[in-house]
Amino acid sequence: MKKYWKIIYNGIIPSNPVFVLLLGMCATLGTTSSAINGLMMGVATAAVLICSNAVISMLKNVIPDKVRIPAFIVIIATFVTALQLLINAYMPALNASLGIFIPLIVVNCILLGRAEAFASKNGVLASLCDGLGTGIGFTFALTLLGATRELLGTGSLFGFSIYPEDYGMLVFVLAPGAFIALGYLIALVNKLRKNI
Amino acid sequence: MLTYISIIITAIFINNIVFSQFLGICPFLGVSKKTSSALGMGAAVTFVITLATVVCWLIQYFILEPLGITFLQTIIFILVIAFLVQMLELIMKKVTPALYQALGVFLPLITTNCAVLGVAILVVQKGFNLMESLTYGIATSIGFTLALWIFSGIREQLALQHAPKAMRGIPLALICAGILAMAFMGFSGIKIG
Amino acid sequence: MKKLTSTLPNMVLSLGIITAFAGALLGAVYALTEEPIARQAKADRIAAISEVAPPFSNNPDADAATVTLDGADYTVYPAIKDGRLVGAAVMTSSMNGFGGEIDVMAGFDADGTLRDYRVIKHAETPGLGSKMELWFRDPAAARSVVGKNPSKTHFYVTKDKEQHGEIDAITAATISSRAFLESLRHAYDAYREYSLQNDGENLPKAI
Repeated sequence: MKKYWKIIYNGIIPSNPVFVLLLGMCATLGTTSSAINGLMMGVATAAVLICSNAVISMLKNVIPDKVRIPAFIVIIATFVTALQLLINAYMPALNASLGIFIPLIVVNCILLGRAEAFASKNGVLASLCDGLGTGIGFTFALTLLGATRELLGTGSLFGFSIYPEDYGMLVFVLAPGAFIALGYLIALVNKLRKNI
Repeated sequence: MLTYISIIITAIFINNIVFSQFLGICPFLGVSKKTSSALGMGAAVTFVITLATVVCWLIQYFILEPLGITFLQTIIFILVIAFLVQMLELIMKKVTPALYQALGVFLPLITTNCAVLGVAILVVQKGFNLMESLTYGIATSIGFTLALWIFSGIREQLALQHAPKAMRGIPLALICAGILAMAFMGFSGIKIG
Repeated sequence: MKKLTSTLPNMVLSLGIITAFAGALLGAVYALTEEPIARQAKADRIAAISEVAPPFSNNPDADAATVTLDGADYTVYPAIKDGRLVGAAVMTSSMNGFGGEIDVMAGFDADGTLRDYRVIKHAETPGLGSKMELWFRDPAAARSVVGKNPSKTHFYVTKDKEQHGEIDAITAATISSRAFLESLRHAYDAYREYSLQNDGENLPKAI
């Protein structure tokens, strides 16, 4: 039991996919104009990651080494497409706000990275935990970045007004703010990690 | 003609793929430490994006739509891109070993470059015809190369600076990218035609 | 179980089986979601129509007609009451937004006065262009387009002096505002055309 907790924890903090491993940057920057968008994108990616990790570790022995990358891509793309259809059917508003970044989950390096580095070498339960941990870590990072940008840019948090919008620094909602906010957040995490 | 000029200017400057659409960030951060490798990556990406955009466009309108299976778009496009990259690697190895020496190392990275899949999906979403898609594909990759090239020049200088420890490397690079993105925002509002 | 070796039959077989499974799974999900997706799109459309069009007793979605102006198609959802055309909702768009296409559902009274609008789809900058849903119905200053008639009011931003613009653009989002107003002008033209063809009022041209 303890082993599984360790795997989950590892994905959230010590090897957080965004702040430490610096993976999946496109989705991180592109979908975090507000906290809720970041959260939704994180959850969507985590769902695909958990499913693909589990299936890949289940099939690891029947996939010959030389074709493992195309096989992983097919598995990941299948879950992404299924997710895309489900979102279209039941949460169309989400589709409008995340846009092209939903199909682009396929090329998120986190998914292929975890498949290659973890799921193809470990058991199903451990891979599930790894997917869960990394997924939570990714969601946490995206929500934090989204919340920072929303608060600085529009003065609200998850849509609730904290201070008047007119005092917000709009640049944080726009493209340059995404880079700058993420840069400072990673620096902050670096500082905290090295001191602990 | 004006449409094409407008597509080119928009894709390179106004809606630059890196600075305003956030696609292709991984290679943008990963391969921008040296100007020479940045240009190599840019050339390889240009090659693949152009080819992939055209092939995916043909597949979308001659296979997926007639068969009514457009919901398989994502999975088919990514497989086509993976296949193209693999073929390109084999052909380059055989036919132009010199070019392969220069660009070969970047090729495997390109499959998971979201700019390639992104552009292939975007041209379908925007409803471009074949010529417009081709133009958009080439212009977008020029925009990508331009961004990578400018950025690598900045990072070569950054590497020599004494920044606070926590800021070194990626954090500082991201903040510089943000400032560059602001500069690119200056292009927005340009009206063509 | 021992790991399969990378022989050609093994590779082809394993990839083939995985792809077949993937195809079957996606086919199933597609069949399952096809109907809800269509229903959702229809429900959203009908909701937008009833919000912007004048009260009607017909089924505008079923009576929809396509009007082609300058090569672009606009869908007109007529509002008919007591056998008379009392207005319409028009699905209109502009390709000149800051982030590309802006789709708007615009509702008109019989005389062409804009009743209300709903922004259906846009990719404008959050916090700037994305304000259009609220900005252009704000009664403050010269922002609101609601209750104005494109044949009497110049539906252009005040900055466009040549066109005698009378509507205040969203601060720092002139491009989005121009595109939004353009979509409304198209909608009016489409409604005018529809009204002419269907024994409605003969509306004056937009100014």
